Order: sequence, then structure tokens, then C-alpha cells
Amino acid sequence: MIDHLPVLKTYKLYIGGKFPRTESGRYFPVNDKNQKLLANMCRASRKDFREAVVSARSAFAGWSGRAAYNRGQILYRIAEMMEGRREQLISELESQGVKSNLAKREVTEAVDRFVYYAGWSDKFQQVFSSVNPVATSHFNFTMPEPTGVVAVMAPDDPSLLSLASIISTVIVGGNTAIILASETKPLTAITLSEILNTSDLPAGVVNILTGFREELIPHFASHMDVNAFWYAADNQNDTKKIQELAAENVKRVCFTKFRTWREDEAESPYVIEPFLEIKTTWHPVGY
Amino acid sequence: MLKEKSISSEQKTTGLDFDGSWEYSPAPESTDHITLKERYDLFINGEFVPAESNRYFDTINPSNEQKLSEVALAEATDVDKAVKAARSAYNKVWSKMSGRDRGKYLFRIARLIQERAREFAVIESMDGGKPIRESRDVDIPLVAAHFFYYAGWADKLRFAFPGRSVTPVGVAGQIIPWNFPLLMAAWKLAPALATGNTVVLKPAETTPLTAMKLAELIRDADLPPGVVNIVTGAGTTGAAIVNHPDVDKIAFTGSTEVGKIIMKSLAGTEKKYTLELGGKGANIIMEDAAIDQAVEGIVNAIFFNQGHVCCAGSRLFVQESVAEEVIRKLKERMTTLRLGDPLDKNTDIGAINSRMQLDKIHELIESGINEGGSVYQSSCSLPEKGYWCKPTLFTEAAQSHRIVQEEIFGPVLTIQTFRTPAEAMEKANNTPYGLSGGIWTDKGAKIFKMTVKMRAGVVWANTFNKFDPTSPFGGYKESGMGREGGLHGLKPYVELN
Repeated sequence: MIDHLPVLKTYKLYIGGKFPRTESGRYFPVNDKNQKLLANMCRASRKDFREAVVSARSAFAGWSGRAAYNRGQILYRIAEMMEGRREQLISELESQGVKSNLAKREVTEAVDRFVYYAGWSDKFQQVFSSVNPVATSHFNFTMPEPTGVVAVMAPDDPSLLSLASIISTVIVGGNTAIILASETKPLTAITLSEILNTSDLPAGVVNILTGFREELIPHFASHMDVNAFWYAADNQNDTKKIQELAAENVKRVCFTKFRTWREDEAESPYVIEPFLEIKTTWHPVGY
Repeated sequence: MLKEKSISSEQKTTGLDFDGSWEYSPAPESTDHITLKERYDLFINGEFVPAESNRYFDTINPSNEQKLSEVALAEATDVDKAVKAARSAYNKVWSKMSGRDRGKYLFRIARLIQERAREFAVIESMDGGKPIRESRDVDIPLVAAHFFYYAGWADKLRFAFPGRSVTPVGVAGQIIPWNFPLLMAAWKLAPALATGNTVVLKPAETTPLTAMKLAELIRDADLPPGVVNIVTGAGTTGAAIVNHPDVDKIAFTGSTEVGKIIMKSLAGTEKKYTLELGGKGANIIMEDAAIDQAVEGIVNAIFFNQGHVCCAGSRLFVQESVAEEVIRKLKERMTTLRLGDPLDKNTDIGAINSRMQLDKIHELIESGINEGGSVYQSSCSLPEKGYWCKPTLFTEAAQSHRIVQEEIFGPVLTIQTFRTPAEAMEKANNTPYGLSGGIWTDKGAKIFKMTVKMRAGVVWANTFNKFDPTSPFGGYKESGMGREGGLHGLKPYVELN
């Protein structure tokens, strides 16, 4: 006997702080290990991606202009919101085939990942900055600034921990992001979007799509208003094509990926660094 | 060629017309202590060797079109020899040498450059056309300083990257431009060598001589053979370096167009790369700026080195309330700029580096006139021989004009006005480039607000075109990636472990 017929969630995209379906009307099914349907995911199109870039670009000035302290608090808030939804995230991972103990560990580590990078928000600048003792009568200093709009293709596994890593490292530096979630385990990405959407994160700072990497790679790599492309997915056969297309606007291309995405690999300010630009400012010294 | 009648010259209206009573006597720098060989071969594995093809090309003095010397034209086989020499020197000598000893070699090079500074300055001005005042007071001193700075890093690298140890990358292929020939060689060589890499360097086609003189100096310094190899040539030589399978890292300074070609060539390889590409720097004059100082800054921003500067302040933005005054004073100041013999110590504006570059500048000036810009050129006369361009500015320039969008790489300034700081920033950032920028204001708070909003890698506030080995340099967006100079300039040449 069923005392409550479950109300199933419709998984949609996350663009500009809203949850639209793909404009293309297409979907792809995600099944559990018994081949039973878990969800029909949106199969995002080029147009969805371009909408997401527009959102990310318009969110950039506001997000990069926030105080570092404020960005840190919002990252920490994401961890708080995740903590409250542990059970949901764990069961979603399990339904997508992650063993129970591993799912628990992954969610724990994903929460901790946001806490870890929340702490970097007002510190990486100090690590990567310098005051430069120039020989002329000038005050000269160098500090990092965000690269801008960063497009990311996330790996399939570990779907949640890698995504938590990607989001936190990209946005802690003041960038905004468009991320294509794991192709095989996309459910938790959309649930995480709901968490982001209730964590005081301004709309458009993080945009999450689901769909097919192969189809979207040329659009991610070639878009002229994307400043950096992080291809963190496992299949790296496409690196040549990505770099060729990225050259059109001298896009920063990053192929950083980790075997486990656990703390010993993925927790470091040097993971933030590929999405930072270095600015040097000069001013004369004198009366 | 330019239509002379379409260009206004308003010398008589200026307050700085000395009416001929302040004649300058010629003050040429002596060249009698300069010796140039009739031809220069490639510098590979510590020796000067001819190119396998035995082909040479002329290098001329752009101020009189006279041949100075000829240099070997390296092709893929020569590049291969150079890379093999660099690899062997890397494996057997340089990567095993202590940081202290690497540093001592660099200190030695810095000192040798200081000893021969005047000779290098004179050759730089002869081969490239830049005023001796600049090559003597800016280029060559900075070359020595750059080697001196990175020499000191060689045995201190473990303090440069917190939490990480570093190892060299391997063999670096370095391709440099013609605007600051020896300085760009120093920017490339010093950090690469300090961090334990070996190098194949290609100087620009039109300015190879100081690099070949540097090769002699490097030999005099007893640097182990193969650590630095210098191959002269043209675009195909550069392509052979970029495409060589045993090169681990490419460092390129040059145009955005070529930078994109290099990025594409490197696609799918494991090679690291840094690119220092073109620019279209915005120089913003606020109404509360010290106007006379700002005018000097504008002149330095765009006419330094004939405007052959990737970080030149080539787009001037002036707040409306002071635009008339700034433009009037700027025009006056332009008439006092002395154009002519690069070796004359009073020369402000030297020769354009090549016929090709002069044609490109003229083509863009014409487009500016045709698109509706209002052009003004200083009234100076041009020498009969050589490549020359009068200091030029455009008022009535619009955001859509090619002269506002494209890098001219010559002494050509566009002027636009604005009302609010927000409008200035909007216009300043409306470009695919992001190398440099300038802000002129007496208000500190305004400086910090605007320098942070400017999407560019180097920002000068109340100054322009200053350089120092301790100061990182490089671009945002299509102006490239990676930094040269300072602590940040070490990063492209190391692997973090």
C-alpha cells in the first residue's frame, strides 16, 4: 500500500536565476541501474548556452564588484544550504549508481569544498599579489582580478564533488560561470542549482546546463563573449578542436582535471589561478 | 600616400612657435666606435654557423634605407639544429646546474651589457629607427636591469610559489618583435634562464642586429654552449620553432593576428605558451587632472618610440569640460616634437621601423580621414630618405572608426570626449584588447575606482609607459595571456610540483 504517491521533480536548466526548460524542447533520459527512468533531462541547445552567457555577462560586474568578504559569506551560505539537503543529495547520487557509503562521503566532501573556498575568498589575492620595488619614483602593485565569464564542462564522476569544486573555484575569484553538468549523472547538478538559488547568490553568477558535451563543445569553445573555457571532463580527445576554436578570441583554455577531486588534489589556490588576470598599477611618488 | 591638402597644420596658432630663433644644432651620437660585420650567421650551440641554405637577407637602417649588414635566413633544418643544441644543453648542463651558478651567469651578462651599453644603444637606433635618447636611456638600461633582476631569482625559486616546488619546463622557443628588439630579448631570456630552461630565440626580421651582438656577448660570458641559441629569419622561421615537436614552451610577443595563428598551431599539443599581443590602450583625462602634466603624459603615451608600442595610449578620452584646453595644448606640444635622425640626441620622433609598417600606418590614417575623422599633424618637415610619419591626431573620432578599433602601431592618436566616468569606462573597455590604460586625475578615490574597472593588465595613473623588471606586464582578453616581469614573470617558465 502506498500512503503517499511520490511527486516527481521535473529537472530543468538553471539560467539567470530561473529554471527554464530548454528552448529546443529536447530531452535525454537518465536511468537507474535497473534501466528504470529517473528523469528526462533537458538537452540544452546552442541557444540555451548563449542565453546563459548573456546572463553570466550581465551578472559579472555585480559579482566581481562584491566585497571579497561578501563572496566568502555567500559561498559559506551555499555550504549551509547543502548541509540541510544532505539526504536528498545522497539519495540522488545513490539512485544514479553511487554506492551508499561513497555517496555520503561525496556529499560531505562537496559541502566541505564550499567551506574551503569560502575561506579563500579574501586570501588568494594576498597570495598572488605583490608590491613591486620599481627603480623609478613610482608606487607599483600587482593584484589578481577575475578573468570574466568562464564556461566549464564538468566531468561525469564524481558528479557532485567535481561540480562543487568547479563552482567554488571559479566564482570565488569573482568570475561568473556557465557549466555543463555531468552527462551520466546530471540530477544532483540541478538539485545543487536549487541550493545555489536560495543561497543569496545573485542570479546569473552560476548557470547550469544539462546536455551532450559533444554537441556543445564547439559552442563553448568558440563563443566570443566567453573569456575562459575549462574542459574538466574525462574524455580529452577534443583538446585540439577546443584550442583551435578558443584562439578566435584568445580564450584562456584550461584542461585541469583530477582523478578523485578529493582534497589533496583539488584544494589549492593554484586551482583558482587559471581564472585570474594579473593587473599591475603604477602611480608616481612625489610632491 | 597621404593627400597633403586634407591635413591641417596650425603651427602659426601656437604659443610655442619660437619663430626660428631657437635653432637646434645637430647633435649626432658618434658611430665611429661601432663595428658591424658584413654578415651575421646563426648562433647555435655556442658557435656562429651559416644557415644550411646559405641564404642571407639584408637588414637596413630605416632612417636612410642603407644596408647595415645581412643576416642568415634560418629554415626548419636550422631550427632543428638549434632545438637539438638547446635540448642537449638542458639535459647535460643547464638543468643540473645550481641556481646560484645560473644566477651568476645572468649577473655576468647584465654587467657585460652595462659595459657595452652605448654600443648597443647606437646599434638599436641604427637598425630599428628609435631615437638614441630612448635606446640609451630606456631600452638598454632596462635590458641590464632585467638580467640583474632575474639573476637574483635563480637560487631563490623555492620562495616564489608558496606550498609548491618548481622545476623548469625544458626548451623554450621565443619569438620577439621589432619595437624593443633587445629589451624583448631580455624579457624572454632572463626569466627562462633563471628558472633553468634553455632557449631558441628568434629576433624580428627587421631588427636582428642587437640580438646577434647579444649572442657575441653571451659567448664572451662563457655561457655553456646551447643554453641560448639565436636564429634569425622571417615568419617561416618562427613557425618552425612553434611547430617543432621538441619545444616545450612558446613565448611570443607580436600582433594579435599572429598570436591567434600560434594558438591554433599549438592546439592539441602539450606545449605551454604565453602571448603578449596587441593593444589599443585608453588614456583617460578627467577634468580635475593636472592638465599640463597630462599633456606630457599623452605625448609620452602615444609618441614614445613612434607609437610602436603594444601598450601605447592610442585612444585618448578627454572629459568634455577640459577637452578644448587639452586638445589645444596637445597640438601646441606636438609642434615642438623634433622628428629626424634617430642618432641625434635632440630627436623625439625617430624613423618608422619599416616600409611595410609605414604603409600600414598611412593606410589607417587614410581610413580615418575617409570615415570622417578630423586629422591634425605637426608641421615638422620629413627627411628625404627613410620612413617617417608626422605625429598625428584625430578629433571627431568615433567608436566605430577603424582608427579607434584597430591597432595602428604608429604615432597616431584618436581623441574622443566623455561626460561621466562611467561613460569613459564604457568606451575604454569597448575593445577586444586589454593590455594597458591610463587615468589622469588629482583625486585618489577616482584613481582606484577607475583603475579597477579598467579591463587591462597594466594601468598607469598620472603617468604612462613606465617599465621595470620588477613590474609584471601582460594583457587581458585578446591582448594575450601570461605575464613578463616580476615574480609573476617566473610562472610561465616553471612547472609547479
